[in-house]
Parts: sequence; C-alpha cells; structure tokens
Amino acid sequence: MTDRLRQYLPAIAVFVGGIVMWELVVRGLSIQRFLLPPPTDIAATLIEQWPRLSQAGINTLIEAIGGFAIGLAAGVVVALATVRFAFARGALMPFAIAANAVPIVAFAPIMNNWFGVTSPVSKMMIVAVLVFFPVMINTVRGLLSAEPAALEMMRSYAASEVQTFRKVRVPAALPFFFTALKVGATLSLIGAIVGEYFGGSNLVLGRVIVESASFLRFSEAWAAIVIVSAMGIGFYLVILGIERLVMPWHASVRSTAP
Amino acid sequence: MSERASIVDVQQVEKRFEGAGATTVALQGINLTIGSREFVSLIGPSGCGKSTLLRLVADLTAPSAGQITINGKTAPRARMDRDYGMVFQAPVLFDWRTIDENVQLPLEVMGVPRAARRKRSVEMLSLVELSEFSRHHPWQLSGGMQQRAAIARALAFEPKLLLMDEPFGALDEMTRERMNDELLRIWERTGTTVVFVTHSIPEAVFLSSSVVVMSARPGRITHTIEIDLPRPRTDATRETEQYFSLITQVREALRAGQGPIAPEAAL
Repeated sequence: MTDRLRQYLPAIAVFVGGIVMWELVVRGLSIQRFLLPPPTDIAATLIEQWPRLSQAGINTLIEAIGGFAIGLAAGVVVALATVRFAFARGALMPFAIAANAVPIVAFAPIMNNWFGVTSPVSKMMIVAVLVFFPVMINTVRGLLSAEPAALEMMRSYAASEVQTFRKVRVPAALPFFFTALKVGATLSLIGAIVGEYFGGSNLVLGRVIVESASFLRFSEAWAAIVIVSAMGIGFYLVILGIERLVMPWHASVRSTAP
Repeated sequence: MSERASIVDVQQVEKRFEGAGATTVALQGINLTIGSREFVSLIGPSGCGKSTLLRLVADLTAPSAGQITINGKTAPRARMDRDYGMVFQAPVLFDWRTIDENVQLPLEVMGVPRAARRKRSVEMLSLVELSEFSRHHPWQLSGGMQQRAAIARALAFEPKLLLMDEPFGALDEMTRERMNDELLRIWERTGTTVVFVTHSIPEAVFLSSSVVVMSARPGRITHTIEIDLPRPRTDATRETEQYFSLITQVREALRAGQGPIAPEAAL
C-alpha cells in the first residue's frame, strides 16, 4: 500500500502544486475574476450552489449513463452479427468506419428536434451514437483477434462453434472491449454536455455552464466544469475497476510478482 | 514400416495450393504408414511440406488427392473422435487460464465432469513435472515450461496419437535437449504413437524409431531411415559412434534429396 502511495505521490504533488500556482498567479497578477476565477472562488461557489449543481450533475449523469448503455448494447449486438455473418461484415464495416469519421455532435440539434429539446432521451441518443462506434469496431476487432493457432487447436479438439466462441474469441476480445468502454465513458459525458448546449431542461450541467457564462457568473460555470470532470474521471475509474476484476490476467493489469 | 497395426496410413496423397493464377504443389505422391507405438520424425528443408503433411493427418486441411486413414477411419472422422492430440510450435496457452485450467481445456470441450478433469490435470502436470506451477498463469513460466504444459494438455484426453509440429523449434539448444529427454520418458510411459515435425537432425535421430526425409518443390518423401539406437536413450547416447553415423546418414539423405543446385543459383 505504501508502494501504491509512492507511485501516485508525484501525480498528487503536481495536482496540488497546480492548484496552488493557479491561486497564486490569479491573486498575484490580479487577473480579473471573469477571465479566470481563483480555485478558492470556484470551491466557494461549489459549496454555496451545491444543491442545484449536484442535482444538475445527476441529471446530466443519467443522460450520459443511459446513452452509454444504449450505445453499448447496440454496439455489441451489431458486432456479434458482423462477426457471425461474413456478409454483414462486408456490407456494414465500411460504413461503420466511414460514419465513425463523421463529427457526430453535429447531429445534436437534429436529435433535439427528433426526441424533444428538454427530454433526456434526445441527449441519450447523441451519447448512444457516440458510444456505439468505438464499442462496435473494437468488439469486432477483438472477436477476430484470436490467434489462428488457437482456433486450429480448438478445431483439433472438434470443438463446436459456440465453444470456440466462449472459450477463445470472447476472452481474446475483452481487452479490446474494455478499451472501447473507457473511450465510451469519456465520450458519454462529452456527448451529454454538448447536447445540452443546444438546449435542454434548465437543471443540467450543460445549460448551467451556458447560462452562467452568459450572465458572467464564471465561477459558477467553472464549478459546473469541475463536477463534469469529476464525473468523467469517476466513470472512467469505475470501468477501470471492472476491467481489473474481469481480467486480472491481462498484461496491463497483472502484477509483476508471480 | 512396422508389422504392428498401423495407426496412420497415408496413400498417394497430393496437396496443391491454388494461388493467384499459379498452383503450388506442396506435396506429391506421399505414401506413409506409421505403426502403433512408433516415434516417426518428418524432416526436410523449409517448404518441403512436412508441416502440411502433419496438418493433413490432423484434418486441419484437406488433401487435393489421395487417402489418409487414422485408426482405420478417415481423417475428419478421427478428428471428430478426438483420436489425436496436437502440439504446435507455439505453446498456444491462454493467458486468462491458469496452467491447470489450460490443461483441462480439451476435457472441458469434451464435456468431462469437473472432478475427473481435475484428477486428470493433476496426473498430467505431474507427468511433465509442472505440479507446483498448476496455479500459475502462462506468462509466469519459461518457454520450455510452457511447451511442457502444452504437451500435458495434448495428452490430457489420452489420445493414441500425438502430432507435434516443431514443438521445440523456439527453444535454445540446452532446453531442447532436456525437452527431448522428457518427451522420450513421456512417450515410453504413455505408449503413444508420435509424429514429430522438426528441422533439427540431431533431435530427429535422438527421438525417433524412424526418420522420414523429405525434399521440396514438390514436397515428397525421399528416404526413410530406421533409427536402431538402443533404448532407453540418455545423454550417453548422444556421444556414441552410432548416433553420429546416423546423423551423417540423415544429413546425406537430406542433401541427396535437394539434388543438384539449381542452374540459376550456379551462375
């Protein structure tokens, strides 16, 4: 445990040092508060506005997680179909790869139009589309990543297709899958916030940021950004934790000592 | 090759690979009979089709012509009946499984109950002397240990026939010799028939009851050399006159199989 602490100590020092520097620079150079409020101001606003900001945070998080779940489910289903049926792979993959290059947040106003500006569903749909592509493409890659020798070995055991899938393809796909989930976790909050910028219920963080900025209440906007960032980091860490539980054998996770 | 019952019988087998416009003849006119409890090595230059021949026997690929019979059955039937175990050049152990779980894999596929699986895995790991590593994961083992685990896995369901495709090719010379000793010990204890692909002449001579020499383009069998070195073979065997003379014999057969140097190379 002390090793762990030693490992993270530099990062913690940089973080604390950064905050202190920020405070000192803003106060020392008398930078105007609307340009960059000092961290103590942001913290004060965070405490003062906590009931409203935390509720907005929860609402945004629901959109993000809901959309994440939809995108994840759709991505996995399409990936399975693509791997199982070679013709689906030929027909769908080029479009999936091309669509992945489209800046999907550009569709946010259209989603708002389709599913209702104030409805959380419109934000979930933006998030779902954003999460879908990395999950789908990585899952396909992962399922196809099994070594040819491993597949031949299963063939030599006269293993059924289902057995080969469960015992070889799925475990081999897990590292790819979790990479996609980590990307998706971050994307889901970006998607929700950007969707909210184009309109939404008043009590979501995207609206809070837009409105407090337009009324020059910048420490409030910063406080909202702090909450979004914390939620994004938290979501990422949850996925990381699940990854370590599910595949303790993987090189990125395994401990060095046997 | 042997008056005992034949385990593997290959008759007039040919294998062609259809490329873009061109057809490569990988194997031509292959006849090979391997009797029960024999240890047969296939040796030849790269591209002679020795691995392809092994894969044909394993039904991992189908012949273009000819017949392959294993235990009196067709190769696909024998594969479905799990008549053989196979060891590849790479150990192909799954990182997500412990050594014990890796050895149990074929038994799981075959639907063997858990208790029987466990018992069998314990026996097999003790046979290859990896008992104390059963709870380890593959990446915690050396290359030689990993290949021993792969042998334990291939033998887990007691196949009558063991097919080995350059299993020790990636190991250093010292480890390879130790593995050869171990393999002979296992072979003598289990009474398995072994077909062993290698490109190492000393390895083929040390292990085999007979060495099948192949040549390339098209791949065919040019010589079959009986190895009558007394058993059990030990380190001392590696220093006998007879061992060296057999190595020379195999080497000359390989050279004869290559034929004269191709004209374009002679320029």
